[in-house]
Amino acid sequence: MTEALERAVVPPVSDADPFAHEILLDPEPLHQALREAGPVVYLSRYDVHALARYEHVHAALVDWQKFESGAGVGLANFRHEKSWRPPSVLLEADPPLHDAPRRVLREILAPPALRRLRTTWGALAEELVDQVLAGGTEFDGLTALAEAFPLRAFPDAVGLGPDGRENLLPYGTMAFNSFGPRNDLVEADAHRVAELSVWVNAQCARGALSEDGFGARIWAAADRGDLTYEQAPLVVRSLLTAGVDTTVHGLAACLYAFATHPEEWQQLRERPEMARTAFDEAVRWQSPVQTFFRTATTDVTIAGTLIPADTKILMFLGAANRDPDRWHEPDHFDPYRDPSGHVGFGMGIHQCIGQHVARLEAEALLTALARRVKRIHLTGTPRRHPNNTLRSWASLPVRVQPAA
Amino acid sequence: MVGTSAVADAMSGVSAGQQTPLIVANAATLTVAAKDPVAEGVVSLTLAHPDGARLPDWTPGSHIDLVLPDGTTRQYSLCGDRWDAHTYRIAVLREPSGRGGSAYVHDRLSPGDRVGVGGPRNHFPLVPSEKYLFIAGGIGITPLLPMVRQAELLGTEWQLLYGGRTRASMAFREELTAAYGERVHVVPQDELGLLDLAAWLGTPRADTKVYCCGPAPLVAAVERVCTPWPPYALRVERFTATAQAAPVREAPFEVELRRTGRTVTVTPDVSVLDAVRSAGADVLSSCEQGSCGTCMTPVLEGQPDHRDAVLADHERAANDCMLLCVSRSCGDRLILDL
Repeated sequence: MTEALERAVVPPVSDADPFAHEILLDPEPLHQALREAGPVVYLSRYDVHALARYEHVHAALVDWQKFESGAGVGLANFRHEKSWRPPSVLLEADPPLHDAPRRVLREILAPPALRRLRTTWGALAEELVDQVLAGGTEFDGLTALAEAFPLRAFPDAVGLGPDGRENLLPYGTMAFNSFGPRNDLVEADAHRVAELSVWVNAQCARGALSEDGFGARIWAAADRGDLTYEQAPLVVRSLLTAGVDTTVHGLAACLYAFATHPEEWQQLRERPEMARTAFDEAVRWQSPVQTFFRTATTDVTIAGTLIPADTKILMFLGAANRDPDRWHEPDHFDPYRDPSGHVGFGMGIHQCIGQHVARLEAEALLTALARRVKRIHLTGTPRRHPNNTLRSWASLPVRVQPAA
Repeated sequence: MVGTSAVADAMSGVSAGQQTPLIVANAATLTVAAKDPVAEGVVSLTLAHPDGARLPDWTPGSHIDLVLPDGTTRQYSLCGDRWDAHTYRIAVLREPSGRGGSAYVHDRLSPGDRVGVGGPRNHFPLVPSEKYLFIAGGIGITPLLPMVRQAELLGTEWQLLYGGRTRASMAFREELTAAYGERVHVVPQDELGLLDLAAWLGTPRADTKVYCCGPAPLVAAVERVCTPWPPYALRVERFTATAQAAPVREAPFEVELRRTGRTVTVTPDVSVLDAVRSAGADVLSSCEQGSCGTCMTPVLEGQPDHRDAVLADHERAANDCMLLCVSRSCGDRLILDL
């Protein structure tokens, strides 16, 4: 410890506020400044160390032994502060408690288990695109497609009832805001916390779920003793928290990417099998989940900088995904690029457990669109919506040119 | 699955005299960092990445495929500490006939040698419970060792019944009794006879899970005694010969990309993922350790040699998909839907 302190590098200090509206709306300049400042930057405003380079973000993501999630993956340190809700048994848990929920949900959402959804979602996407086009060629791509598709596909797959689904997006938005500081974004959600939490918690109960969805399979795992009955509703809650907003903004990122890259859209139309990779490239390029925190389990040294035990580390996934040391022309959306290894879904034992679900949704929607739509034009300036964690959108006005 | 049984080794029929060491391409090529005797007839191997890199994460009950330099593959439970991300530890019992994988490990394998490693996979996971009763027979102690440690970490009540031929043959006996005292019940057969399972297990309890690993007769006896226990209370792992994988292919094989219309030769030093990418196929991947499932690709013809941690046994057996980052081919040719 003493020796480590003596050798420690004093990191550059920044008083920037990564959660200020103007930065949430346009984070790239700060990301670049942080990457260039050094491997570790101390953010004085929040008393946290920040990582913005790919190498160090990746290393911290996979090293669950030194960087724990159980003390919260937001700014709040659960060792000293109470979470606004019972902590997640997945996102906010470490081994060994993390093992059983992760194993159960991983099997339910693994690619082989999702095969039967491919046909269903392909048909659902075609139906949605037909409906949207029947209503006109000018619409808000965010609500008409990026929100509408996951809101049709995913709650059915989980097994939710028909009522109250409009609560899913506000609940997710609220949960992702909660990982930041208690700023105006959190305050703005405060009046709905109780009401939305009650609704979401009610949907996690066994009786609220259909008999053949992901939710029912989670409860069946509890019947087999693979989970406890206390864990089962919290695992369902993870699906409802993390499975909607993230996909919406990932799909919106795709629409934005192809609206601004018409040649690439033409290529996708010729080779729709590119859809999966294109989606991941959009996730790399826009990083719908921008940041997560970890907590040092012990005094940790990163590139010479000492991170004291029990302090928070802020990982900029979006900055890592545009690190020029890792990516060629990182600011360029290129569906021909190999985006493998991006950290938009995280990495390691907490890597997005629903990533295959998201890819399948994206593949279904992009394939259906590619079949019916020749061009996507922006008809106005797309608007962002600030969120403490998500790179989210407020509107994406488009006009499409239907294929002949 | 522990793969240390006499049956398993005897069936492999590989003569030690015919072995020619070579580096076999696999999920990972690891270095034997240490080889230590841990009991009569048992050595432990500490495996590490040649570059000191992190090894894929694992959970108690996991096993790895150990690919020996002669190409034979055996499965061994991980019995080390997963908070150490840089080494794996396994323990290998020498099987009496003196042939096959365990003999190679005991007689020929030395620190510094390279071995192939697939997985880890876990068919024997530790599920949440208020209490655990662990029963080990002989080298069956290996998967239970990290479970005991985990139960301890969780503050869960547990007891271990550990049977073996003789005190000296029982690996990790001293380490266990030193750390956990009376919760470890050591029963050497030559001193105390067979395990009294009925007395030790007692009345069925709804709050308890029973974990057993050992030779087939022990597992069968525990299953009999546990008949009145609630469903899913008992979790077992057997030593079995049936699960032994075919020897790893040392020769190159061809992969045909059906949609692209190209064929590429995969040599032992290259992953299928890298090979098909070099042939122009776009394949998305992420962890490249066989654990996330992103590079899963449909297989149209051929038999993959599965080395991942994602596919269940029935999914492996279907031969209709594979993870290109770590899995390979059993035969001369694979045809992929790429």
